[in-house]
Amino acid sequence: MSSRPAHADHQAQDRRNTISARSLVKTFGHGETRVTALDNIDVDIRENEFFTLLGPSGCGKTTLLRLIAGFELPTGGTIELEGKDITALPPHLRPVNTVFQNYALFPHMTVAENVGFGLKMLGKPSGDIDARVKKMLSLVQLEAMANRRTDQLSGGQQQRVALARALAPAPKVLLLDEPLAALDLKLRKNMQLELKSLQHETGITFVFVTHDQEEALTMSDRIAVMRDGAILQIGSPKDIYDRPTHRFVADFIGDINIFEGTVESTEGNQAKVRLRDGETVLARMPEAGTSAGSCALAVRPESLRIAGPGEAAALEGTLENVVYMGAAHNLHLRLGSGEELVVRHGGSTEGIDLSPGAQLGVVIAPGGARVLA
Amino acid sequence: MAETSVPTPRRAPRARDLKAMPGFKTIGWACIFALYMPLAVLIIFSFNDNRSVVKWTEFSLRWYEAALENDGIRNAAWVSVKVAAVATIFSTIAATMAALATTRTAAFRGQGLAYGIINQPLMIPEIVTAISTLSLFSLVKQATGVTGIGYLMAAHTAFCIPFAFMPIRARLEDMTLTLEQAGADLYATPWQSFRYITLPLLMPGILAGAMLAFVVSLDDVIITLMVAGPGETTLPIFILGALRRGITPEINAVSTVLVAVSVILVIALFLVQGRMKK
Repeated sequence: MSSRPAHADHQAQDRRNTISARSLVKTFGHGETRVTALDNIDVDIRENEFFTLLGPSGCGKTTLLRLIAGFELPTGGTIELEGKDITALPPHLRPVNTVFQNYALFPHMTVAENVGFGLKMLGKPSGDIDARVKKMLSLVQLEAMANRRTDQLSGGQQQRVALARALAPAPKVLLLDEPLAALDLKLRKNMQLELKSLQHETGITFVFVTHDQEEALTMSDRIAVMRDGAILQIGSPKDIYDRPTHRFVADFIGDINIFEGTVESTEGNQAKVRLRDGETVLARMPEAGTSAGSCALAVRPESLRIAGPGEAAALEGTLENVVYMGAAHNLHLRLGSGEELVVRHGGSTEGIDLSPGAQLGVVIAPGGARVLA
Repeated sequence: MAETSVPTPRRAPRARDLKAMPGFKTIGWACIFALYMPLAVLIIFSFNDNRSVVKWTEFSLRWYEAALENDGIRNAAWVSVKVAAVATIFSTIAATMAALATTRTAAFRGQGLAYGIINQPLMIPEIVTAISTLSLFSLVKQATGVTGIGYLMAAHTAFCIPFAFMPIRARLEDMTLTLEQAGADLYATPWQSFRYITLPLLMPGILAGAMLAFVVSLDDVIITLMVAGPGETTLPIFILGALRRGITPEINAVSTVLVAVSVILVIALFLVQGRMKK
C-alpha cells in the first residue's frame, strides 16, 4: 500500500478542477419554515475522478448534486465548471448528465431512443447518433435490448440504460444520485465494480451520491462526508477511514470505538491519553491542533485483539457478548469505566475464555488508536 | 379460570371482499337496469316497423332510411359536427395550456383560485350561463354587426374548457416532473422537452379531454337554444323541435345513432390509451 510513489499525490493535486463550488448556500422555504440544506459549502472536484458525496439522509448531498445539474438554483455562492461560471445556467445548457435514483427512463421510447435522446437534442446527425447508441449499448452490454420498451427490462437493465443514456453525450461530469439503491445486494455489488470500470474507460468525472459508506469506500477516489448541509472531511477512502478528523466521520464510516479521555503529554505525533478508568494509552495525534486536555479517542475494532498469555494488555474488560461474523468474532467488552469496547478478533479463539463475565486483556495494534480533532 | 380456548369457526373463513356482501349482486343489477333500460327501449323501438313507439310489430330499418333522407336531420347533424369539432379543438388547446400552467410552473399566489375559476362553470346552472352568453353576444352583435355560426362555436368552446381540463390535469398530476428534468438534463430546451416528453406522455389525457369536450358539445341543448341563430339548428335542438309533434321512431333512430357515436368514441379512446400504456 505504501509502495505508491510520493509524487503521485502531488500529481493528483495538480489535476485541473472540473467543478469548483464556492460559498454555496441553499435554503428552502421562508420565515419560520426556512430550512438550510447547504450551509456555505466549498468543494473542488477534480478532472477524471470518482468523487462521492457521503452522508445520512437530509445532509444536503442530493441538494448539492441538483445544484450542479441545474435543477435548483443556489441561494448564494457560485459553481464553476472548468473555470466557467455556470451558477445561473439552465440544465440544458450544462455539459453535465444525471443518472436519476429512479432512472427516469422515458416510458414512451425504446431503449435505443432513450440512449440517443441527448444527442438528438444536441442536433447530431442521425448516423452519428446510431453509431454512438450502439457503442453505448455495447458498453453496458445491452445491444440485444435496443428495440425493447424500457418497461420490459429488469431493474438492473433499466439502471444500465440510464447509465448509457447519461454517458452517450460524453458529458464533462456524470452525476449519480444513489443509482444503486433500488437494486438487490448481489446486483449492487456487480454494478459497483461496473461503474468503477466505466469511469476508468470513459475518463469522465463521476460525482456519486450515497448514504452507504461501504459503497463509497469501494468505488471512490475521494469522498466528501457531509452532515447538516456541511462537508466535514474530504479525502481518499483510506484517509477517511484511517485518519478521520471528525468524530462524526469516524462514527459514520465503519465500526469504531470512541472513548472520552484526557491528553496527558505529547511527544511528536504521539500522545499519552488517560482514559476514564485510569489506564493510559498511546495514540496518534491529528495533524492539526495538538491541544492538551479532554479529547475523544478512536480505535477500530479490527485494530484490537485479545492479549495472549503473558502479553501486556493495554485495556482490560469484562466479556459481555460474542457475535459470530463468519470470518471473525466480534467480542463486546465492558471496560472499568462502563464504556463498551468492541474487539474484532480474527482467527482462532482457541485458548481464549469466551464465557460471559470473563476478564480479557486487549492489545491495540501500533498506530491503531487516534485522537480525534 | 374460564374456558380460554379459541372458538372453532363454523364456516370456512372468507376474504372480506365487498363483492361477498349480501345483496351486492342485486343492487349492482338494479343500477345497471336503471341506467341502461331506457336506452334499451329507445334502441329497440328504433328498429320497429310500426309507427308506434310502444307496440312492437316487426324488425325494420325504415326509420334509419327516413332519417337519412330527412334534410332537416342531415343539416342539423352537419351543424352539430362542425360546431363540436371546432369547439373540441379550441377548448382542448386552451385546457391543455391551463393544465400546464397550473401544474408545470413554480407554485404561485392564487394557484388554487385559478384552479377554482377554471372549474367554476361546471357549478353554475347552465341556464344562467346560457342567458348571460346570449346577453353578451347580443351586445357584441349590436356593436359590430357581425353575425354567423362563430358565436355558437365560441359559446361551445367556452363551456367545453372545464370538461377538457379535468382529465388533462389529472394526467399531468400523475406524471412525475423527473422525466422533464431528465429531458432538460439531456440538453432538451423547454420547448423540446414539451414536444418530445410532456406532450407524448400527456396524449392519453388530451384525447380523453377532447372526447369529453366533443360529446358535451354534441349534446348541449340549453346554451345552443339561446345562442344559435337561424339555420344553426344542431341535432339535439332538431330532436327537441320534432318531439313537439310527438315521439316518432325516426327520432329514436337519430338518437340511437348519437348513442352509437359516443360508444364508438369511448371504445376508440380505450383502445388508443391501452396501446399507449403498453
